Amino acid sequence: MAGLDEGAPLFAQIAERLAAEIADGGLAEGERVPSTNELAAYHRINPATAAKGINLLAAGGLVEKRRGVGMFVAAGARRRLLEQRRAEFTERYVQPLVAEARRLGIDINELVGIVRNSSDIKVNDVEGDITV
Amino acid sequence: MTHAISVAGLSRSYRGHLALDRVGFEVATGSVTGLLGRNGAGKTTLLRILAGQEFPSAGQVLVCGASPAENDRVLSRMAFIREDQEYPDINVSHAIRAASWCYPDWNAELAQRLLADFSLPPDRAVKKLSRGMRSALGIVIGLAARAEVTLFDEPYAGLDAPARQLFYDRLLAEYAEHPRTILLSTHLIDEAAGLLERVVVLDRGRVVLDAAADDLRGGAATVSGPVLAVDDFIAGRSVWERRETGSQASAVIVGPLGDAERARARSLRLALAPLSLQQLVIHAAARPAENTLERIGA
Repeated sequence: MAGLDEGAPLFAQIAERLAAEIADGGLAEGERVPSTNELAAYHRINPATAAKGINLLAAGGLVEKRRGVGMFVAAGARRRLLEQRRAEFTERYVQPLVAEARRLGIDINELVGIVRNSSDIKVNDVEGDITV
Repeated sequence: MTHAISVAGLSRSYRGHLALDRVGFEVATGSVTGLLGRNGAGKTTLLRILAGQEFPSAGQVLVCGASPAENDRVLSRMAFIREDQEYPDINVSHAIRAASWCYPDWNAELAQRLLADFSLPPDRAVKKLSRGMRSALGIVIGLAARAEVTLFDEPYAGLDAPARQLFYDRLLAEYAEHPRTILLSTHLIDEAAGLLERVVVLDRGRVVLDAAADDLRGGAATVSGPVLAVDDFIAGRSVWERRETGSQASAVIVGPLGDAERARARSLRLALAPLSLQQLVIHAAARPAENTLERIGA
């Protein structure tokens, strides 16, 4: 199960990874999504599980089937994913940040200052999963 | 959904010892199912009955819609690969040729490819093969048979980790291209977890868990941190195990966790780690009386 964990159903993790690739632009709109068997071989998971993950994206309209060719990233998929991520931004990133700052006795003005000073950090330097 | 394997009320006793106790489950056609459980749980007995090599004391067993017992029509559609398969005094290529006569859908080219993958010398006498090589021979036969129903009973004794990985990869590739029904008994659950769509767990002859593997994932977690915070967090939850050392505690809790509960764990400075399928099965097997699935919320 390359890169997957036991914390959530595998099909949901497959869907999430593909969605992240689409949001990051790694999978461009109109581009072919890896096939069920390609995903199964790469992640070493059952093809049925991989298919379920792709179908979850299809049900959300993020990918669409072209008969006999495969699944492709739908038009507007990236914009919709980014909107969704913006909506979740406060809960996923800001609230834990504020909570930890409070624990460390960093007041809100100091925190704002830290954030401002951090804004010239290159994105690649702070990669990593912040959620638990 | 059709079922390649269907077992109901199956019991098998040996001189008063109940090896299988009213076992019932179904395996969907074209799926990979894991048959899990400790040594002596009854896995091999069950597989032998499915393969028509042993008879039930009570209950019904259907493979491809018919009883496998003394039924060549069913048995010719099935491959049974056992842990300790014995071979007559022949070499590897003879064993392969003999197997090719047994299975109508045998693929000779695939067999040759797999022999090379597993570095099996065709001229070597089977009796002179190491334990791992004998296991590999069984795997080659089981995959090249392309049987409608393939039963693997702990097929990798003596195989090292890279060779087992090769087995999983080839099994997956074969299954993707030529779908068939596979029932794999194993105790190396975490290694095989990704391949399994469904798990059936036996313990002391009884089915203690029968569920879609993905329904189990995320269904239980270990929460650890300061004793007071842990106890605060697990209050009112179903707890499988609680351990304590000094001011630290850890507990296995069952049931899905929502975002709010995860946030609460974070604010209590608790670490949450999902339980692996293997750990989940171990805990489930220790509690045959409870309805594990209901608790997990699947």
